[in-house]
Amino acid sequence: MIQHIIKRLLLLPVLLLIFSIFAFIIIQAPPGDFVTSYIAELASSGSSMDQVQIDALRAQYGLDQPIYTQYGKWMSRILRGDLGVSLDWQKPIKELITERLVLTLIIGLMTFFLSWVLAVPIGIVSAVKKYSLLDYGLTVFNYIGIATPSFLVALIAMWLAFSWFGVSVTGLFSAEFVDAPWSMARVGDLLKHLWLPVLILTLSGTARLARIMRANLLDELNKPYVEMARAKGMSEWKLIMKYPVRVAINPLVSTIGWFLPLIFSGSLVVATVLNLPTIGPMFLRSLTNQDMFLAGAIVLIYCMLAIIGTLISDILLAWLDPRIRMES
Amino acid sequence: MNQPLLSVRNLKTYFHLDEGVVKAVDGVTFDVFPGQVVGIVGESGCGKSVTIKSVLRIVPPPGRLDGGEMLYRPQKQAGYEGLRPDGAIDLATLDERGKQMRALRGSEIALIPQEPMASFSPVHTIGNQLIEAIRLHQPISKQDAWQLAVERMHEVGVPSPEQRMNAYSWELSGGLRQRAMIAMALSCSPSLLIADEPTTAIDVTTQAQVLTLLKGLQASHQMAIIFITHDLGVIAQMADWVVVMYLGRVMEQGPADDIFHNPQHPYTRALLESIPTVHSASRTFLPTIAGSIPHPFNRPPGCPYYPRCVEFMAGACDQRTPALQPIGQRQFVSCFLHHDVADE
Repeated sequence: MIQHIIKRLLLLPVLLLIFSIFAFIIIQAPPGDFVTSYIAELASSGSSMDQVQIDALRAQYGLDQPIYTQYGKWMSRILRGDLGVSLDWQKPIKELITERLVLTLIIGLMTFFLSWVLAVPIGIVSAVKKYSLLDYGLTVFNYIGIATPSFLVALIAMWLAFSWFGVSVTGLFSAEFVDAPWSMARVGDLLKHLWLPVLILTLSGTARLARIMRANLLDELNKPYVEMARAKGMSEWKLIMKYPVRVAINPLVSTIGWFLPLIFSGSLVVATVLNLPTIGPMFLRSLTNQDMFLAGAIVLIYCMLAIIGTLISDILLAWLDPRIRMES
Repeated sequence: MNQPLLSVRNLKTYFHLDEGVVKAVDGVTFDVFPGQVVGIVGESGCGKSVTIKSVLRIVPPPGRLDGGEMLYRPQKQAGYEGLRPDGAIDLATLDERGKQMRALRGSEIALIPQEPMASFSPVHTIGNQLIEAIRLHQPISKQDAWQLAVERMHEVGVPSPEQRMNAYSWELSGGLRQRAMIAMALSCSPSLLIADEPTTAIDVTTQAQVLTLLKGLQASHQMAIIFITHDLGVIAQMADWVVVMYLGRVMEQGPADDIFHNPQHPYTRALLESIPTVHSASRTFLPTIAGSIPHPFNRPPGCPYYPRCVEFMAGACDQRTPALQPIGQRQFVSCFLHHDVADE
């Protein structure tokens, strides 16, 4: 097992390298480059550049070189631990994304844990009390959670908060803390703002997970080993928690792999609507402005999360399920 | 004659589906005496399994008990509520998830299931599940329960039981798995063992070993067994008393010798004729029972067997349902060929 994990960890840089090539190609795919969109921006504000200036800019950023040279330079910098400078913001990328990344992670992990803590019991109750009033109620809640886009929920929440309480719930910090250095007061302020985006994101996550849990458990509840446990004289709830729930949770664990990156990319629209200083909106802006080094860095981070998420769920699965543990 | 351990009287277990009611068990009556092996035999879908699930009170919904009594005489400690003056308790009146029924399940009445593979949890060790079964009914420490489990495993012929305790069910062979299952069923020394086609899922050689084992354990533990099978050969080897079921009803019952040598019901006779023997002429067709089991929603009125019966009497069999009546010394039969008593 440990051997297996080491093998997977060794594979991580190779996978990242492959992903980085694809990411770079896809980011470069739209016509034009950063300078084109920069000129367009200038033109919209009424000013312009002459060809000499344009060529100078291109040469400065290395945009006049062939794509493989550009990739090579970018990669060699990253290997040295330097994510480069954002063309758009004119700031080192590391400096730009660190805080946003931390905030995204906090929101993501809180959403993740809250979804699990809510979804697993909801799924269990729904399956055990199948076709009861409670099950129907929870199913309706689940469908609403899945069918309503999170950004719509965010908009409704903003509108309700504003029309009822007269407060604006956008952002993660009050105005006086936005650019303030980290302090206890700033953390307190963050917690005051954090709950709403977390709740909004939890709604759809919970609904999805609860449905998977319900379906998994329904499959297991009629298995002979459940009947056998009953025939032994175990009490109903005890046996359900020990046997079918234990088996039904395994497929759920395997969803962690894609659930982690989904929290990052899935929160993009919500984060844009709520004006959250997370990584999503910055990623969107970097793509529209063809800020390729920033976009590339963020894509690489997404990829790494996907790989790590899969690894974590594989390890958890092997730990939970002896059948998988014995195989590897 | 001593008192029966279990008396099932006119048991009715119906499945209430949207499409209609399936009368899986429709008025079954039989007795099990202490130390006796009762074989319930019948085709698939005749209600054998539902009968024993009713006794254990683990009928899955939408099935439920719709009538009858199941009088059980607890052999272990007293202290059961609702004990009748004659020392019996009606299982049909107990709450199927209640404390009383759970105290009886596993401790007094144990089950050996049909599929040992699927009846062990795949993510828990054999030992974990055995120890759990022991500690549910006996207030002993985990270490003592482990010791007891190992002893039981040894008793049922599992080699190096200490190692098997840490194994998962899917790491064992079919025969070993069923032995481990038997060890679990025996762990609380039940008075009544219910074996639901315990040899169907294992190969013939192992089958014979498991049957011999069960027979030996039955003698040494002095327990009664309800043995369910569709295999008349197995019944002949195991049972003292045979109950022949068809479509949720008892067609005939009696001592094994009488059922095999002096069958009274046309269905029993037809079943026995369809067993191949070494004495029959070669290259001849084996007699079979004409027709097939009616669809559960399309039960014939009257005797359930009449559409396939060679001795069908129009005006009687298709009008009224024959009741189970004594015939001869110890046999019972429900057939108008032998009496004229109908149910309801």
